[in-house]
Amino acid sequence: MSISIKVQTMDFSVGEQHGALCSDNKSDGAVVTFTGLVREFSSGDNVIALELEHYPGMTEQLLQSIAEQAQTRWQLARISIIHRVGYLALGEQIVFVGVTSRHRQAAFEGAQFIMDYLKNHATFWKKEHFKDSSNWVEFKQSDKQALNKWKK
Amino acid sequence: MAAGSEINLNDTAAGHVNVLFFGQLKERLKCDKLTVDIAHTLSISAFKHMLVEQNPHWQAWLEERDVLCALNQTMSSSDELVKAGDELAFFPPVTGG
Repeated sequence: MSISIKVQTMDFSVGEQHGALCSDNKSDGAVVTFTGLVREFSSGDNVIALELEHYPGMTEQLLQSIAEQAQTRWQLARISIIHRVGYLALGEQIVFVGVTSRHRQAAFEGAQFIMDYLKNHATFWKKEHFKDSSNWVEFKQSDKQALNKWKK
Repeated sequence: MAAGSEINLNDTAAGHVNVLFFGQLKERLKCDKLTVDIAHTLSISAFKHMLVEQNPHWQAWLEERDVLCALNQTMSSSDELVKAGDELAFFPPVTGG
């Protein structure tokens, strides 16, 4: 089992990440990846960029812990999480979650669990930049509700 | 990295605490980090109150809003105890992903 966690300003290649999840992997029949892109957050108000801040050290530990929790619930052999920080323009890649498993359902659920927990627990903060102003993104109740389906 | 292991057991809990602020909180307080000297162990809520006494205009942001707290990079509740050498961080609810 392997877990790879990266918090970085650099962009990433989904192809390379997918390749790494598949490479030399004869046991897993399922690879699920999710890529999040920067979109216009506020009600369509001309967002031109996002600024992502995090708590160095704590964020990586939290992501590691989320990945380990996913591995205790599903048989996920490989997990890769990348989250970007800094200034990101509309359409840029912001987050990547990739998992492998023997079976597709575990892979689908594992990837979704990781994203839902990441959004609620990982120490990242987003700020939207408009042409002439900026605004911190507020926590969304819908993200919290998304966690409920994983509570037993 | 917490410096807890460096504290001399014969010493009191006196020493400094590294305090960090993130996100909107950092911007509103106009402060991203500071070092606070404490004379003894105290709860996170008492620590927050001490910060507010030193900076009254922080009250609206530190005590009257939904502020999360991490003690030595672990999410913590306001009754947990802060001692010298600790790293204490305050921040708004997270919005990553």
